[in-house]
Amino acid sequence: MSQHVVPPRVYFAVFAALIVLTATTTAVSFLDLGPWNTVVALGIAFLKATLVVLFFMHVKYSPRLTQIVIAGGLFWLAILLALTLSDFMTRGWLPILR
Amino acid sequence: MADTAASAAPTGHAGSRDLQHHFDSMEQQRDASSLGMWVFLVTEILFFGGLFLAYTVYRSRYPLAFAEASRHLDITLGTFNTAVLIISSLTMALAVYSAALGRRKAIILFLLATMALGGTFLGVKAVEYTHKFHDHLVPGAGFRFPGPDARPAEIFFSLYFTMTGLHAAHMIIGIGLLTVLVLQARKGRYGPGYYTPVEVSGLYWHFVDIVWIFLFPLLYLIGRHLH
Repeated sequence: MSQHVVPPRVYFAVFAALIVLTATTTAVSFLDLGPWNTVVALGIAFLKATLVVLFFMHVKYSPRLTQIVIAGGLFWLAILLALTLSDFMTRGWLPILR
Repeated sequence: MADTAASAAPTGHAGSRDLQHHFDSMEQQRDASSLGMWVFLVTEILFFGGLFLAYTVYRSRYPLAFAEASRHLDITLGTFNTAVLIISSLTMALAVYSAALGRRKAIILFLLATMALGGTFLGVKAVEYTHKFHDHLVPGAGFRFPGPDARPAEIFFSLYFTMTGLHAAHMIIGIGLLTVLVLQARKGRYGPGYYTPVEVSGLYWHFVDIVWIFLFPLLYLIGRHLH
């Protein structure tokens, strides 16, 4: 069988990174960075999610087909977010239509 | 390295008995099962995605009210619960690893640890919900919020209860899945040749962890730097 068994030290390294990132995001939330607070919080969340997906969920070692399906799902999520927000965020741009 | 252990010939119960007739090989069956779970998780991504979208739309409309309402959440409990879920993801990953090596006792111990951590998370969540009821922060006739932003704050708490409630429901289902795995593992059902149920349940558990990884900063951390 060609299944890939990830050694535990990889899991422990990812775990340590996730805990450090959690402490970081909580600590940074007390600093006033203006609009950057949200950017940093979401950036750290994406980083944590990526670590979980690649290593805990083995996607780094998964077949190409699985990886394409996941990328496709995220692309649909991007469509959902982009089209809806392009409506809501631009409603004030043309005062005549209010 | 670890591959040698996993590529050892299937022993005991884990043999061709586990191969469904419509698959060519155990490997193909395993990949198909993982892919199937991922297709389900993609629908879950879009399901929670809609809620995150609703949150984004309302937060962009009422940014100050959302920040104000967010400060009524307990950041200590939120951070604690985030750590609990991350530890539970580690124990879940180690349960899958133990299953791949056929270490029956370790599988059961790591699954039970994962369930206990999931239970801890839900317990803390119950404490938080109780506080919200006491503070009249549950949307509805009893909702009380100081200041002029009561209505948008109520929207924040509606989203808070919907998103964390659905997340908690997923956790309860996950604990149910792990209960079945523990019972099967006790019978020695899983080993190097066959541990697909542990693997795909692990995918589900990690996904629920990821949902919380986004819920935590968006609900708990958005108003801390004001004042």
